[in-house]
Amino acid sequence: MIETTSLSVRLGEREVLTEVGLRVRRGEWLAVIGPNGAGKSTLVKAVMGLVAHRGEVTLDGRPAAALRPRDRARLVAYAPQSPALPPDMTVFDYALLGRTPYVSHFGRESRHDRDITASVLDRLDLTGFAARRVGELSGGERQRVVLARALAQQALVLLLDEPTTALDLGHQQQVLDLVDRLRLADGLTVVTTLHDLTLAGLYADTLLLLARGRAVAAGKPAHVLTEELVGTHFDAHVKIEPGPDGRPVVHLVRGGT
Amino acid sequence: MLSSRSPLARPGSRAGAEHGPLQARPSRARPLQVAVALVVLAGAMLAGLLGGAADISPWQVVLQALDWLPFVTVDSGLTPVEQGLLYELRLPRVLVAAVVGGLLAIAGAGYQGVFRNPLADPYLLGAAAGAGLAATVVIVLLPGLPGGVPVAAFAGAVGGVFLAYLLGNTAGRAGGTATLVLAGVAVTSFLTAIQTFVQQLKVEELQRIYSWILGDVGGGWDQLWTVLPYAAVSSVLLILHGRLLDVLSVGDEEATGLGLRAGAVRLAVLLAASLATAAAVAASGLIGFVGIVIPHAVRRLAGGSYRIVLPLSLIGGAAFLVLADLLARTVMAPAELPIGVVTMFVGAPFFVAVLRMTRQAAT
Repeated sequence: MIETTSLSVRLGEREVLTEVGLRVRRGEWLAVIGPNGAGKSTLVKAVMGLVAHRGEVTLDGRPAAALRPRDRARLVAYAPQSPALPPDMTVFDYALLGRTPYVSHFGRESRHDRDITASVLDRLDLTGFAARRVGELSGGERQRVVLARALAQQALVLLLDEPTTALDLGHQQQVLDLVDRLRLADGLTVVTTLHDLTLAGLYADTLLLLARGRAVAAGKPAHVLTEELVGTHFDAHVKIEPGPDGRPVVHLVRGGT
Repeated sequence: MLSSRSPLARPGSRAGAEHGPLQARPSRARPLQVAVALVVLAGAMLAGLLGGAADISPWQVVLQALDWLPFVTVDSGLTPVEQGLLYELRLPRVLVAAVVGGLLAIAGAGYQGVFRNPLADPYLLGAAAGAGLAATVVIVLLPGLPGGVPVAAFAGAVGGVFLAYLLGNTAGRAGGTATLVLAGVAVTSFLTAIQTFVQQLKVEELQRIYSWILGDVGGGWDQLWTVLPYAAVSSVLLILHGRLLDVLSVGDEEATGLGLRAGAVRLAVLLAASLATAAAVAASGLIGFVGIVIPHAVRRLAGGSYRIVLPLSLIGGAAFLVLADLLARTVMAPAELPIGVVTMFVGAPFFVAVLRMTRQAAT
C-alpha cells in the first residue's frame, strides 16, 4: 500500500532522513518509533509529499510524485502531531474539511459530503458536538475530532503523527482502540509515529525503528523491541518482558543512567 | 448535557449555536443574516442621505430614492434644488463611502484568512505605505498631472504588496506567513521613510498630502465610477474563495494534505485583497481600521467561517463607512472632519475592546 525506497530528506544543511525504505501492506498497522529527532515526523511528511525529498514514494502502486494533491489526499489522510484547530470553527465544519479533496475548487460541499461527515461524527460519538466550537473541546475530544476529519476523507491510509500526544492514559487507549476498530472494520492501512514503545508494540503489526534518520530495525514488535536495540538507540536502560498477550512491554530501570 | 441548550436558540445567530438535525450543514451566511446586514446598510445609507445642512424629511428621501430606480417614477415633493443636492452631492458620496468601506473590510477579511492572523489588515502588507509614497511623489513632483494621484496610489498599493511578498518569499522559507508579515512591516517602514523624505522636499504641499492621506469620499460620481469595476471584480473573487480560506485556516501543511494547492490559493486571495485595497486607497486615500474592525465584529456576531465573514464584511464595512462619513460631515458642521480621523477614533477603542474580549475568551 505504501512503499518508500531510499527516501532521503535534507533540511538546510542537515540530512534528516537517509535512505529509508519501508513497506506497509494493505490493512496493516505500522508504527514508526525512535528517539527525539530521529526523523519520525519527517518520514511521515515525506510520504505525504509535504517536504522535498529524494527517493521514491509509492502509494497504492502509483508513484506519489505523479499524483495531483487532491488524488493523494483521496488515498492518504494525514493528521499532524499538533493539528491547527481554528478555535471558532464548529466541529461539523472542521470534520467537513476532510471532504476537501472531493469538492471542486470554487464549488461547495454536496449533500453526499455532508451526509458522510455526519455519519463519521455519529460513528465517533461526536454528533452531540457537531455545533460546538473546536476551541471549546478537551484534549481527548480534539483528537477524536481530528480523527473524524481524517475519516471523512475516506482515504485508504491513515497517516497519524503522534496521535496520543498530550492525552492521558485512558484517552490514549480510547484513541488507539478506536483507530484499531476502524482499521479492522474498513480495511484501512495505518501508519503512526508513537513515542510510547509499549503502546507501539501493543497496537502495531510492524515497527520501524528510526535513529539519526536511518532505519535501524524493522519487523514484528518482539523483534524490534529488544533490550539491546532500545538500549542502544534510545540511550536508555530498559527491561523488556512479554506482556499477557505475548507482546513486549518496555520498563524503565531506575538508576539506569 | 452537550446539546441541552435551548432548541429555540436563534438559528444561525452564531455558528455554533445550532442544534438538532439542521446542524448537518456547513456554516455559511444565512439569508436572515444577509437580510439583517442589508437592512442595516439601507438604514445607514438613508441616514447618510438625510444628514447634513438642508432640511429634508426621511420620507421624502425614501420617495426620492425610489424615483431614482429605473422604471419607477415617484413624486417626492422635493424642489429641483433639493433633488440636485441629493443626487449630485449626497448620493454619490454615500455610494462611494459604501463601496470603499466594503472594499476595505472585505480586503481585511481576506488578508486575515491568508495570514491566519486576526490582526492582519489591508495596510499590513505595505499597501498603504506604497500608495502613500506614490501619491506624495505625484503631489510633490508632478502637481499638474490630471488624475495622477489615484492612478499613482493604485500602482503604489500594488507595488507595496508585491515588494512585501517578494521580500517575504526570498527572505524566509516559501509561503511562511510570519515572514510575510514581517516583510510587510519592513516594507511599510521603508516606504514611509521615503514618503516622509519626499514630502519634506515641498512643505507647501503638506496640506494637500495630508488631506489625501486622511481620506475623502466626496469626489462625486467620477470617484464612484473609478472604483466600481475593481470593487466588483475583487469582491466576487474574494467571496468565491470563502470555502478555500476555511480550508487554509488549518495551515498550509494540513491544507496541502487535504489536497489544496495552498500556495496558489494564498496568492489568489492576496491578489484579490490587494486589488480591493488598491482600488479603495486610490479612490479615497488612506482610511484606517475598517479592515480590522468590521471583520472582527462580523466574526463575533455571525460566525467565524469565511463563507460568513467575507460577504457580511462587505456589507458591514459599507454601512460602517457611510455612518463614519455622516459623522465626519456633521460633527463639526459646516466644517468637515477627514473620514480617516473618524474611523480611527471609533476604531482604536473598538480594537482594544476586541483584544480584551479575545483574551477573555482564551482563558
